Amino acid sequence: MVELAAPSGRGRPRIRVERVAAPSRLASALVPVVSIALALAASGVLLLAAGENPIAVYRAMLRGALGDRNGFAETLVKTIPLLLTGLGVAVAFRMRLWNIGAEGQLYLGAIAAAGTGLYLVPGAPAPLLIGGMLVAGLVGGAAWGLIPGALRAFLGANEIITSLMLNYVAILFSEYLVHGPWRDPSSFGFPGSPALPEAADLPRWGTTRVHLGLLFGLVAAALLWGTLRRTRWGYEVGVMGANPRAARYAGMPTRRTILAVMALSGALCGLAGMSELAGIGHQLQRNLSPGYGYTAIIVAWLGRLHPGGIVLVAFLLAAILVGGDQLQSSMGLPAAIAPMLQGTILFFLLGGEALVRYRLAWGATVPSRDPGGRERA
Amino acid sequence: MDEVLSVAFLTSVLAAAIPAGTAILYACLGELLCERAGVLNLGVEGMMLMGALGGVAATLWSGSVWVGTLGALLVGAGMASIHAVLTVGLGANQVVSGLALTLFGGGFSAFLGQDLVGRPVPATFGDLAVPVLADIPEIGRILFRQDALVYVSYALVPLLWLFIGRTRAGLRLRAVGERPEAADAMGVSVGRLRALYVVLGGALAGVGGAAISLGTNPGWQEGMTAGRGRIAVALVIFAGWNPLRAALGAYLFGGVEAGQFRLQGAGVPVSSFFLNMLPYLFTIAVLVLATREAARRRLGGPAALGRPYAREERG
Repeated sequence: MVELAAPSGRGRPRIRVERVAAPSRLASALVPVVSIALALAASGVLLLAAGENPIAVYRAMLRGALGDRNGFAETLVKTIPLLLTGLGVAVAFRMRLWNIGAEGQLYLGAIAAAGTGLYLVPGAPAPLLIGGMLVAGLVGGAAWGLIPGALRAFLGANEIITSLMLNYVAILFSEYLVHGPWRDPSSFGFPGSPALPEAADLPRWGTTRVHLGLLFGLVAAALLWGTLRRTRWGYEVGVMGANPRAARYAGMPTRRTILAVMALSGALCGLAGMSELAGIGHQLQRNLSPGYGYTAIIVAWLGRLHPGGIVLVAFLLAAILVGGDQLQSSMGLPAAIAPMLQGTILFFLLGGEALVRYRLAWGATVPSRDPGGRERA
Repeated sequence: MDEVLSVAFLTSVLAAAIPAGTAILYACLGELLCERAGVLNLGVEGMMLMGALGGVAATLWSGSVWVGTLGALLVGAGMASIHAVLTVGLGANQVVSGLALTLFGGGFSAFLGQDLVGRPVPATFGDLAVPVLADIPEIGRILFRQDALVYVSYALVPLLWLFIGRTRAGLRLRAVGERPEAADAMGVSVGRLRALYVVLGGALAGVGGAAISLGTNPGWQEGMTAGRGRIAVALVIFAGWNPLRAALGAYLFGGVEAGQFRLQGAGVPVSSFFLNMLPYLFTIAVLVLATREAARRRLGGPAALGRPYAREERG
C-alpha cells in the first residue's frame, strides 16, 4: 500500500508518494476541519441526488440547532451526554484500549442511579439524593467498564468485542427492568420505572432543559485535561498507548493501568447516564440514549482525544443531532440525516488522517522511515 | 402449556427458525470471510439495512426478486468497499470505520427509503416445496418448505467450509488473516485479497438484508434489520470462524426469535430479554475461552484480525 505511484520511467518528472515520519501539526489540526467540510459537501451531493436542496437542508439544520434560544438550549442539552461519553471513550483510546462500550456503561450508570434514587435512599434531601445517585452512576459505569478491562488485563480477551457485546446486554437488562420488576404499576402498561422523587431532579438553567450535567461535563473535561497533562499517571497512560513495549521495559504497571483506565472511562460514561436520568428523563425508560455512546467515538476521534477538542466537538455533534431532529418538523425529512452526516464525517476523517501521513515528493529523495507506523491500530 | 410440548408446536418453531436464521446466516458468513482475511467490519448492520433497501428498490424497479437480490448484493458490496478503501487501502482504524458504516447505512437507508415505507413489493420469495423431500414427516416441513434464499444458503454453507479449509484460494485467505507477512513473502497480494473479501462480505450482508426485506418481512421499514447485523458479528466469534457452526448458531438464534413469540403467544412466561442476551454472552464466553493460545488455534480466530498490514517500505 505504500507504492501508490508506479515507478516512473526516464525523462518524466519523478513524482512519488512517500510516508512522512510524523504529519505536521498544522496538517493534523486541519484534518478535522477539512473532513467536516468535505463530509458536508459529499452528503450534499447525496441529498442533491435524492432530490433535496442541500443548502436548504443545512440552513434548516443550522437554524434549528443554533438559530434561537430554544434550539441553542437543546443543543447544550445534547452536548452533555456526548461530552461525558466522549471524554470517557477518549481516556481509553489514549491508551489504545478500544472501549466501544460507552453506550452500555451509560445505561448501567443510569440503572444504578435510578435504583439508588427509587429504592435505596428515596426520601433523602436533594443534595444527599443527587450526591448518592451521582456516586451510584459513577460506580455503575465503572463496574461495567471494568468487565472488559479485567478480561483484557488478566486474560487478554479483545476489549473491542467484549465491550461492544456488553452494550447489548446492558440495554436488554434495562429493558427487562422497565418491563418487569421496576415497571411503574400506575403506567397503564407502558414500560418505564416510576418517576424519581422530585428532589432528585438536577437544577436547571432558567426555563430551559439545560441542567447541572453541563457543569459535570465541563469539570470532568478540566480535571481530565489536568490529569493527562500534569500527572505521572497521565504520562504513563500516554506512553503505554504509544509504545507498550517501552512502557513495560520502564516498569510501568500495565495491568493496573488498564483496570484504572477502563474504570475511569466507564465512570464518565456512567455519569452521562446518571445526568440523562436525573436531568432529562426523571424515570428509567426505554431508549434512554439514542446511541450517544456510539456518537461518543466520533466525538473522541474528531476531538483528537484532547479534552478541549472534545468539548468543542461534542457541541458541534449535538448541533447536528438537534438540527436533524428539527428537519422533521421544518422540512418533513427523516432525522436519520444526522447519523448519515456523522458517518460521512468519520469516513473523511479516517481517510484524511491516513492521507496526511503521506506526501508527494518530487525528484529522487531518500524515503523517510516511520518506525512507529507499522502497528498502528 | 401442553400445546407447547407437542410435536406440531416444535415443528412450527423449527420451521420458522430456519428463515429467521437465514438472514443472520448470510450476514454472518460474509463477516466470517472478512474476518478470516484479517479485517474486522462492525458495519454489518448498516450494510444489511442498505441491502434490504436496495433489494426492495431493485424489485420495485424490475418486478423480479432475483434482480432485487442482485441489487441488494451490489449495494452491500458498495458499502463494504468504503470500508475496504479506508481500512485496507489507507490502514485506517477498523473499529471506527465499521461503526461509521453502521451509522451511515442506518441514516442513509432511512433517508433514501422514506418514500418506500409501507409500499408493497411486487414479488417476494415464496415458500417452495422440494419434491419428495418436502413430504418427509416433520423434517420436510422444517427444512424443505422454505424460500429460495434458504436453499441457496444450504449450499453456500458447506461450499464455504470446503473453500476455506480445502482449497488453495482458501489457504491464501487464511494466510492473509493469520500471517500477512508470510503470505506477502509467498507472493500473495495481501491488500488486494483483503479488499476482495471485505467487499465479498458486504455482498453477503446485502443478501442477508434482502432475505428480510424480500423474504421474511417483505417491504421496507426504517431500521428493519432490528439488530440482526449485530448478532451476525457476535455469531462469527461464537462459531469460531467456522461456516458450519455459523449455520448452527444462526438457526439457534433464529429459533430464539421465532420461539419467543410463539411461547408468549401460548401463554408461557419467558423473559425474552434474557434469551436475547444469549448471543452476546456466548460471544464473550467464547472470547474468554479462546484467549489461551491452544484454544485459539482450535477455535480458529485469525491471528492478524484487526491489525492493518503495511509492508516495510522499500527504498
